[in-house]
Amino acid sequence: MAVCIAVIAKENYPLYIRSTPTEDELKFHYMVHTSLDVVDEKISAMGKALVDQRELYLGLLYPTEDYKVYGYVTNSKVKFVMVVDSSNTALRDNEICSMFRKLHNSYTDVMCNPFYNPGDRIQSRAFDNMVTSMMIQVC
Amino acid sequence: MADAVLFEFLHTEMVAELWARDPDPGSGGKKKSLSVLEGLGFRVGQALGERLPRETLAFREELDALKFLCKDLWAAMFQKHMDGLRTNHQGTYVLQDNSFPLLITMGSGSQYLEEAPKFLAFTCGLLCGALHTLGFQSLVTASVAALPACKSLGSPQV
Repeated sequence: MAVCIAVIAKENYPLYIRSTPTEDELKFHYMVHTSLDVVDEKISAMGKALVDQRELYLGLLYPTEDYKVYGYVTNSKVKFVMVVDSSNTALRDNEICSMFRKLHNSYTDVMCNPFYNPGDRIQSRAFDNMVTSMMIQVC
Repeated sequence: MADAVLFEFLHTEMVAELWARDPDPGSGGKKKSLSVLEGLGFRVGQALGERLPRETLAFREELDALKFLCKDLWAAMFQKHMDGLRTNHQGTYVLQDNSFPLLITMGSGSQYLEEAPKFLAFTCGLLCGALHTLGFQSLVTASVAALPACKSLGSPQV
């Protein structure tokens, strides 16, 4: 159950950012911002590594006392960052991976929409609904 | 998957429509129609560049992205692979297609050589758009020596 989901463009500005407890939004914005450094570090490490590991899913970026932050980067250098509640230990890696895949598919659909200009904020209702469904999975 | 010929018909009509509406037959009008076609191709390329590499692993370097263009993008658009990819190792790549599907119907040889460029504008834009999504600002130009073979020159810069 995600508490915050963000889509960051390749120039590192947010295309979409939403969090569930709507008070304290700034804290999540700040967390996503700091996680971008970790994402960049992982991407550059991936480029230099001789191992043939070129996964899109970056895994756990960093844990804090209440939350865990996960990352995923697409081939077009668009990053997805997800913050989940630490207390919910039932969420496993492959579940997070499948949530990211759903996000990627929805993002691709937004991209193929002729009324969407690449680089604008995402305002698609379909994308909103999909993100809402991910946030209120377990209540 | 829809029949490839549907896109070919649509493309032919696009070129005919944009050319017919041009009231100024001088070189100014021609440039505008070509750039409209390239713009169309660019937006389509951006969307394709997002959708097609979804299942593939991350691209590690420029060559990976070019290989993706030659194999996956070309196969998705024209149901065949690009025939040749060459580079001068200084940032320019030449993509060669010996039987380009959009030109095949025009016959082979040098008969319609002057008409060929307007049928390549959309595809140039497509390559440019796909490269843009993958992170490379590039300049793509196409040239035809003899139908239906055509060469595209791309110079991507990150």
